[in-house]
Amino acid sequence: MPGVIRASNIALDGMLNLQTSREAIIGVLQLLRDDEMMRFNFLTTLCGIHHPDLGGQELGVVYHLHNWLDNVRIRVKISFPKDDPHVPTATVLWPAANWMERQEYDFYGIVFTGHPDLRRILNVDDLDVFPMRKEYRLEDGTRTDKDDRFFGRDGHVGQSFD
Amino acid sequence: MQVQSYFSSLDNLDGELATLNLGPTHPATHGIFQNVLKMDGEKIVSAEPTIGYIHRAFEKIAEHRPYNQITTLTDRLNYCSSPINNMGWHMTVEKLIGCELPKRAQYMRVIIMELSRIADHLVCDTVIGVDTGALTGFTYMFQERELIYELFEEVCGSRLTTNIGRIGGMERDFTPVFHSKLKTFLKEFPARFEEFNSMLERNRIFMDRCIGAGPISGERAMAYGFTGPNLRAAGVDYDVRVMSPYSSYEDFEFDIPVGLNGDTYDRFVVRQEEIRQSLRIVHQAYNNLPEGPYHADVPDFYLPEKPDVYTKMEALIYHFKVVMAEVPVPVGEVYHSVEGGNGELGFYLISDGGRQPYRLHFRRPCFIYYQAYPEMIQGSLLSDAILTMSSMNVIAGELDA
Repeated sequence: MPGVIRASNIALDGMLNLQTSREAIIGVLQLLRDDEMMRFNFLTTLCGIHHPDLGGQELGVVYHLHNWLDNVRIRVKISFPKDDPHVPTATVLWPAANWMERQEYDFYGIVFTGHPDLRRILNVDDLDVFPMRKEYRLEDGTRTDKDDRFFGRDGHVGQSFD
Repeated sequence: MQVQSYFSSLDNLDGELATLNLGPTHPATHGIFQNVLKMDGEKIVSAEPTIGYIHRAFEKIAEHRPYNQITTLTDRLNYCSSPINNMGWHMTVEKLIGCELPKRAQYMRVIIMELSRIADHLVCDTVIGVDTGALTGFTYMFQERELIYELFEEVCGSRLTTNIGRIGGMERDFTPVFHSKLKTFLKEFPARFEEFNSMLERNRIFMDRCIGAGPISGERAMAYGFTGPNLRAAGVDYDVRVMSPYSSYEDFEFDIPVGLNGDTYDRFVVRQEEIRQSLRIVHQAYNNLPEGPYHADVPDFYLPEKPDVYTKMEALIYHFKVVMAEVPVPVGEVYHSVEGGNGELGFYLISDGGRQPYRLHFRRPCFIYYQAYPEMIQGSLLSDAILTMSSMNVIAGELDA
């Protein structure tokens, strides 16, 4: 599949990371699962992520796959704009993705198109925000004592993504 | 499958369908989750689980806490085996900061983790007994679980939500009381456990109730993301302790029991055998417990001795830095998994160098395999569904995070 993998690197834990696009993601996952060389048969987990600083690519999904035969793990990532958070569902490949995707929809508002039952799963149905997005504070937004900038570092504050 | 064909024709339905609420607070669900069942008499036509009743937003809270304060969140995932969660988290951070533990600390962790696995499996297996009508074994085995909790208490001061160990090792060495209590436990537990086992394992009533209740095939279990005893009961020998050894599990000799049919009886028997294997591991780790320090030399993360904090400037500085999380953390991402009581408990940690994780995702085995429950109980009797649920060992804390 030429041109599909946009970037790859080895993460700190030694796992291969692949970056692809949401248009190609199901094809990539299917190839990884079904190819005789790849054999990544098991969907370990998938999770959403929010990078408010990456303009146009704010939201992302990270898939963890595991080849049980050769005992190799791999991570596949996609990112897309927050205004258009649509991703094709992986439930067509693994039924396990059903609740995982419902959870990330609940947390980040990522809409998994083709999902059989995309509803909130952990939060109440009438919640009108997606609470894992960085703009939603955990607690009192006036608190400044834990601001990393005061300690000479570039890390985040947790509350400063307005 | 037979189960599905049962309802392929409406001719099989006798009378009207009834909607039945199982839960959210039903004594037989052993936790707060709801299932809306569609019943044809006593047979289940379909089930619709609702979860999230004790959702506490752990992933969100974790983004606002320094690494050492996240340990207490992990306690509250699978609270039947908190130490495994605690240590899984410690190992994740150690992987991120590149910290290698001394052998003694690793073996100490293995002892604690296997004891918690025994406690976890004891709860599940005795509750299967309770749901089939055998309460006595449950009360007997809870006395044994109490002994394990006393051991935890000796190591960390608490029993259920343990906060056991620290990033970089154990908080303290095993005390003399721990040694004597562990020796007594190892001597006396097996006989009592086998007595409990003999009451159920070949008990005709118990077998009739459990065999064939809530089965799942190995292939289906894998597709549904099953791990741990529930997967092994379906005949797939995947175990994180063997596949991706951590904390020196490669040093120990133990077997991975597998079942055949993935039904309630197989789940029970697999867990029973895993208790024996855990005992084997505890024996090996305890008998070969190496001498040496019980924590690594990582002053950036491991609190200095308290007397030193009062008398030495360097210790005071490090104490402040650890408590305020003022230490450099590598930028990057790690995934670490441990074999929890219910399967692969994974931590996916993304660090941006800040004091808190940028993102922390928990792979919670319960949450992933519980979605197969409606499929597993379709066409079965209500009483079998109760049994299937308890044999899957769904722990609400881990389910809802």
